[in-house]
Amino acid sequence: MEARILDQFRAIVGDRGLISSPEELHTYECDGLTNMRVMPRAVLLPNSTEHVQGIVRICHRERIPFVARGSGTGLSGGALPVENGIVISLARMNRILEVDFPNARVVVEPGVINLDVSGRVSPRDYFYAPDPSSQSICSIGGNVAENSGGAHCLKYGFTTTHVLGLEVVLSDGSLVHFGGKTLDAPGYDLAGVFVGSEGTLGIATEIILRLVKRPECIRTLLAAFPSTNEAGAAVSDIIAAGMLPAAIEMMDNLAIQAAEAAVHANYPSCGGLLLVELDGPLAEVEALMTHVNEICRSNGASEIRLAQSEGERALVWKGRKAAFAAMGRISPNYIVQDGVIPRTALPQVMSEIERLSQEAGVRVANVFHAGDGNLHPLVLYDRRIPGQEKAAEALSNSILELCIAAGGSITGEHGVGEDKKKMMSKMFAEPDLVTMQRVRCAFDPLQLANPTKIFPTPRLCGEKPGEYVPHAIESAGIAERY
Amino acid sequence: MDAATKSEASGLRPALRHKFIALVGNEYVRAATAADAVVGAQPKLVIEPGTERELVNVLLLSNYAGLAVIPRGGGTKLGWGNSPASADLILSTARMTEIIEHAWADLTVSVQAGCTIQRLQETLSQHGQRLALDPLWPEKATVGGVLSTNDSGALRLRFGALRDLIIGVTIALPDGTLASSGGKVVKNVAGYDLPKLVTGALGTLGVITRAVFRLHPLPLNSRSFSVSTVNAEETQKLVLAVQDSKLAHAFLQSHFSDDAPPVSDILFEGTDAGLTAQEAQLRNLSAPANISETSTSTWTAREDLWAFSDPAGTAMAKISILPANLAHTMELVAHSANAHQLQWKALMYATGLGGLRLEGSAGSLRGALRTLRGELQGQHGSLVVLHRPDKMPAFDAWGMAGDALALMKAVKQQLDPKNTLNPGRFVGGI
Repeated sequence: MEARILDQFRAIVGDRGLISSPEELHTYECDGLTNMRVMPRAVLLPNSTEHVQGIVRICHRERIPFVARGSGTGLSGGALPVENGIVISLARMNRILEVDFPNARVVVEPGVINLDVSGRVSPRDYFYAPDPSSQSICSIGGNVAENSGGAHCLKYGFTTTHVLGLEVVLSDGSLVHFGGKTLDAPGYDLAGVFVGSEGTLGIATEIILRLVKRPECIRTLLAAFPSTNEAGAAVSDIIAAGMLPAAIEMMDNLAIQAAEAAVHANYPSCGGLLLVELDGPLAEVEALMTHVNEICRSNGASEIRLAQSEGERALVWKGRKAAFAAMGRISPNYIVQDGVIPRTALPQVMSEIERLSQEAGVRVANVFHAGDGNLHPLVLYDRRIPGQEKAAEALSNSILELCIAAGGSITGEHGVGEDKKKMMSKMFAEPDLVTMQRVRCAFDPLQLANPTKIFPTPRLCGEKPGEYVPHAIESAGIAERY
Repeated sequence: MDAATKSEASGLRPALRHKFIALVGNEYVRAATAADAVVGAQPKLVIEPGTERELVNVLLLSNYAGLAVIPRGGGTKLGWGNSPASADLILSTARMTEIIEHAWADLTVSVQAGCTIQRLQETLSQHGQRLALDPLWPEKATVGGVLSTNDSGALRLRFGALRDLIIGVTIALPDGTLASSGGKVVKNVAGYDLPKLVTGALGTLGVITRAVFRLHPLPLNSRSFSVSTVNAEETQKLVLAVQDSKLAHAFLQSHFSDDAPPVSDILFEGTDAGLTAQEAQLRNLSAPANISETSTSTWTAREDLWAFSDPAGTAMAKISILPANLAHTMELVAHSANAHQLQWKALMYATGLGGLRLEGSAGSLRGALRTLRGELQGQHGSLVVLHRPDKMPAFDAWGMAGDALALMKAVKQQLDPKNTLNPGRFVGGI
């Protein structure tokens, strides 16, 4: 990068806020998706909104693409640098600016760690609901970019449910505010569009979050089934009984083995393990838990345990939350996949995954957010065996195609990023993608904010949508094009 | 646009009308009457396409011809928003009423825009489910209309707003694009969240043709209670205490007026055991206030607020405040109403949203609304006027849109560059 431009950046963030030496830049060449790497030209570490604006103004003037980065835990390459671009790390903007208990709001900077929000408000018995498995290290800014979910979003919703307002630096350096501390601010719901836009619409520099009061009681039940089919049937019955559990998680035998090896959660050995968490008023939860227990038994659960203490509950969750990383115990390499199916398609999709796995000679461990049909198949392989990595990647992609065919989605919470943009045209038709990109053009006409992500075929802003095809009514001679 | 087409647009010549007839059939193109007027603007035609494709074609032709299009569902909230800058035709979704798929085991439904909320709920209830939303006038209000006006009621406290319930949408754009986003599954982060963009956009970006919602089970049992308090200060204490408690209430709303002490309604849903326990907790928490079990009449509170007798002497507003500003806001309302010799009623939810009814002369209404809007905006809030007397001097329905207005206009420009849809009705002249 030209010294002239580096000097301008340095003038804003100082020496300590600018990284430009190749050795140090290596840290930033990928995020949690480590098989894709691009070396950024520089990394900037602003510590204020004004810094971010200053940096982005230079990018705008010099036409330098920028990629915002939180903690770098994303799994779809959302924070992967782009060629000839810079990375703007929000890690130093990590202040909790305001805690307002009467209104149950908190205002944070983007670099604040997810779990630290709950930590800060827990003395008054509040918490911040979205809880991605990486919550002890991932940042709120990253959560906003990805619209992160987590195990409890079945009941509590996603990041977008909990973001009330945003301060955003647009790609020309201007500062705008979406939403606010009160609901339904007049105008379009731009906060709704921004959350989950994966850094392509600007950079959030302040975020107003909603807090939730901790329920009176939380109960977690573990049930061991012969296979995921029986476990899945139990989930269907729980939902059909009119319950909305705080979480329903499922693991198959391979995933259980890995979790046991890693954190000794003391899971029963079985073909399908179900974790059901209910929360709410004590009397309500106890009545419903009795019912869940009956449903599990009637669906063939061989062993049912109710976590008896907060310690036991924490251990149960530790096994589940560590499941991805635990794969390292049973396989040298693995791909974390993220797809969604209508929950009822589970048995059929599971047996298809099993068939594909056998055909390819590649093992698949399965961890699901079973309540909402979000699958996390872990495709296990050994890079040292020739051909296995390719086979694993092919299998991983086939699983997404199964999800699409079942009427689901290619991503439930990890995002499209760089990793899945090719799959977007299998899920959406061209007019759908063009319409999304028109929205993007309103925010970022020069396409400087995390360009090349999400969309398989980027369009220049101002381009006429698609190739001209005479419309039915024109062909019919009813209208003419001017 | 050429001159011939322009002249066509202004007078809507028979030739153009025939083109619409060719698209949807003779019986579905009719001349608009006074009953079709939109905040003082008189459209010329009402067109009722029967399919998504027909709707796209009507919109596309209108866009070519430079006609201003007012999308309409049940027509219950056509008075919301500013008077249109122009209004040539009403594009009605009255014939697009299909419930496409109720995937009850997956707790989702896909439905066409013209289906009424009541019919949708009736279908969902056959499998013990509901769209957890209580909008105004569900027997007439449609899916598309409720989405476009972002209408929510008391249940929003527990189940969220439409933005939290909609998981997929299909919209028709004026250039003939039919675009879908979101999907059929509850958890999905592929692509931009356009269902949220069109929710509350008052039909200014595209015409919603279908939507997919996540559903909730109908409650096993429910019970509601009313608590009387002596003044707004005490009401606020009660509301904040309930909100800060471990109760799992489904809604909490408070009634205020110039002629009676405040009353708050709270609804619980769940098992009998859970309801009994929560009732005991509520009684503890609200002592020594007077508490009584109520019937389901609390459900009609918002429609009661809207049941005013004199449209020419009434203004209705949606207000949004911080929950902890409740008492202060009610004092402001009372003070302002007093100063302008108005009668007033308010229904405030624990979310900080609420409805306000003011009655009196047109000039006084305007003065009071202006004062109140200024005050509320000064404390992070807003006031949107939903009904005003015809004779009231011009008054922007929306108020300040903030520093994102230019961006909102850019979004509008991208999706509706010729300003075909509901021109001038939305925020900041959009």
